[in-house]
Amino acid sequence: MNLLSRLKLRGGVHPVGRKELSAEAPICTLPLPERLFVSLQQHIGAPASAVVAVGDQVLKGQLIAASQGMVSAPVHAPTSGRVVAIGDYPAPHPSGLPVPTITIEADGDDHWLDFDPPADPMALSPEEIANRVGAAGIVGLGGAAFPSAVKLNLSRKSGVTTLIMNGGECEPYLTCDDRLMRDHPRAVVAGILLIQRAVAAPQVLVGIEDNKPEAIAAMRVAATGTGVQIVPVPSMYPMGSEKQLIQALTGKEIPAGGRAADIGVLVHNVGTAYAVHEALSLGRPLVKRIVTVSGGAVSVPRNLEVLIGTPAQALFDFCGGYKEVPARLVMGGPMMGQEMTNPNVPVIKGTSGVLALTNQEIGRPSPAACIRCSTCVRACPVGLLPLEMAAHIRIGDLGAAVDLGLKDCIACGSCSYVCPAHIPLVHYFNYAKGDLSAKERAKLKQEATKKLAEARNERMDRIARERAEAARQRAAKKAAQEAAKKAAKKAAAEAKSQETEVAA
Amino acid sequence: MTTLTHSPHAHAPISIGKVMATVMAALVPTTLYGFWLYGWPAIFLWSVAMASALLGEAFILRIQGRAVRPALLDGSGALTAWLLALSLPPFAPWWVAMVGALFAVVIAKQVFGGLGQNVFNPAMAARVMLLISFPFEMTLWAAPTPLASAGAPDFMQGLAITFGAAGWDAMASASLLGHVKTEFSRGLDLIHSFPGQFELATAAWGSRAGSLGETATLFILAGGLFLIARRIITWHAPVAMLLGVAIPALIASGIDPARFLGVWPHLLSGGLMLGAFFIATDPVTSPNTGAGQFVFGLGCGLLTWVIRSFGGYPEGVAFAVLLMNAAAPVIDRYVKPRIYGRTRKGAPQPVKEG
Repeated sequence: MNLLSRLKLRGGVHPVGRKELSAEAPICTLPLPERLFVSLQQHIGAPASAVVAVGDQVLKGQLIAASQGMVSAPVHAPTSGRVVAIGDYPAPHPSGLPVPTITIEADGDDHWLDFDPPADPMALSPEEIANRVGAAGIVGLGGAAFPSAVKLNLSRKSGVTTLIMNGGECEPYLTCDDRLMRDHPRAVVAGILLIQRAVAAPQVLVGIEDNKPEAIAAMRVAATGTGVQIVPVPSMYPMGSEKQLIQALTGKEIPAGGRAADIGVLVHNVGTAYAVHEALSLGRPLVKRIVTVSGGAVSVPRNLEVLIGTPAQALFDFCGGYKEVPARLVMGGPMMGQEMTNPNVPVIKGTSGVLALTNQEIGRPSPAACIRCSTCVRACPVGLLPLEMAAHIRIGDLGAAVDLGLKDCIACGSCSYVCPAHIPLVHYFNYAKGDLSAKERAKLKQEATKKLAEARNERMDRIARERAEAARQRAAKKAAQEAAKKAAKKAAAEAKSQETEVAA
Repeated sequence: MTTLTHSPHAHAPISIGKVMATVMAALVPTTLYGFWLYGWPAIFLWSVAMASALLGEAFILRIQGRAVRPALLDGSGALTAWLLALSLPPFAPWWVAMVGALFAVVIAKQVFGGLGQNVFNPAMAARVMLLISFPFEMTLWAAPTPLASAGAPDFMQGLAITFGAAGWDAMASASLLGHVKTEFSRGLDLIHSFPGQFELATAAWGSRAGSLGETATLFILAGGLFLIARRIITWHAPVAMLLGVAIPALIASGIDPARFLGVWPHLLSGGLMLGAFFIATDPVTSPNTGAGQFVFGLGCGLLTWVIRSFGGYPEGVAFAVLLMNAAAPVIDRYVKPRIYGRTRKGAPQPVKEG
């Protein structure tokens, strides 16, 4: 693989970075909030199930909700205190719909549960590392929040040739990974080595966008002599997307419908590596994360170390509040993040940033007609035709959009970002994907109903048949008995007559 | 009531209005040079085309019950009229510009559904309509008489040329391609008709008979490169269109120089440069992908050369572009980008073991 074909991203856009707002201030810890709202659904997969009751005293790091099912993650108390409520609380989702949440009133001591970390985590077996990562409730901290242990186990079984650590952080504004790599490079590298051991990967590449020279330098120093390679990648959105980073670093593509494991690659975020280090070396489960607080409406943008469950409003307040009324609050980055309709939604494990954006920053011109300029085609990192897909979706022809590759869309938003007509292209695609999956579910349900109905009919038929058979058998038995009785009577009568004859 | 918003929560500082304005900015040097070269009649003609297009579009939008302001402010109608004006003979009468501009925005654009919906490039559709309907007015070329030079029409004379019925002495001129075609019809081949007709520098600077904005090849080239640098257009269609003319010209003139014009007269004559950088790159009527645009441009170039060399008209850019406009959907159907993780045919890439 020569260098020319590597490190290249197809399509992509150069959004205004605005990372300078928050990149220069070192990470600072947010003071303990009074109450923490710990969501039980912070990850992809089944929600965790509460193992504490209202009124219970908990210690920091204590398990409060257990993992449910194959793909799930446990949740731990972010501080010591008392469980004051278990119930629904608004979740960081644009719908603002509530999810099951454990509310903890902090006692102010922030007292850790006693842990007994292994003397040398690197001596643990790969299975044990994965188990401990799972028990610590670690999920992908880049934003997708997929349970990390599930990925480790799957990859260990299928074999990994290249472990890729994602330090791309291509979303504008976000600097939490940048800051983490600058401030704690040794811990990050230690975590990377643990992940490497867990999957026995011979090669480790850390992809970092070249707009973070300080992070690259710090990581290079920390990685010296470990075999971990730090690879600067071009700054281009969406470089931090798993598929695109793999392509840039290895030249390989994940086959459509497949997983990174299919091509022997495993991708984890650098923030996840840090959490793995904390979990294995210190025994501390995932109860905090680094969150970028930024946006044109924030007085003092910076990166904060925040307990999971802290309301977003507390982060803004700590950063000096707003210097102007924000036009929109966003959780995550501006390209793929979600609007927070409620500023009190809590930070979850996947929250990389909370942004308060001004009108000027979001820009909301009304959509105009498509001029078929195909800027979106050039911007698409996947090789789709966004303008054609949107045109089909507009008239309700979702099938044609699927034929054009709708299901390969990674929803990165590059097309919407560059569209001179301001057409909300990715909105169309997400709508269509949602509609298709709803239809698919309805179809599955219909099929299941049909199957059940058929099974019932068959069962009823069988029962009827069996009944008829039983009735027939009973009748036959009765007939046989009666015949036997008759025969016996007859025989008796004959015998009697013979007797009479004899007597006569 | 809160409205549901959707990511991305940011947008590139670009709009259709800005795209159109950038293209118009790229046309300014060419246009000013054309004004200087052909004087007042050219200025009047351009003004008539612009005014007719804007008024005509406003009228048709109102009839349709659609918002007038945003459609006019996006600049697409003005750009169409501008391009049309540049392709007209500079001393053409006012009604040619008016009929052409109205045809372009009303018939070729709004009737199809407005911006983004038209199949054919409106400026070229209008030019072809004019050429077929008014062949006399559309092929009456003026020799360049720069503003304030001796023999140049002054303001009043300019008014008379554009708006009056009066002819002009300097009109008895011919474009290079027209001259060649006429001489062929008289049985004279290029060896006899061509000497002294073509000088590279004259052609490049455009001080010769031709359309208002088509002769200053270097200015058009500079405008096109500016648009490529600003990422408004890509290189695919222009380069392919120039190649589409240059390659057959090179081969044919090499085989029979008495019958076929060489590469440079082809590249620097007529509307080719304007067509390559400003017409074939029209987003609405060209294919979506870089590869598709290359095929499209190549087709435009080849057809231009074929029409110039064998057709009844001396110039073929407008016809070639319209024919390829019709083919653009077909090109889009067959030339698609390869999707990540899939083969060219759309099947998932095979998983390689080991």
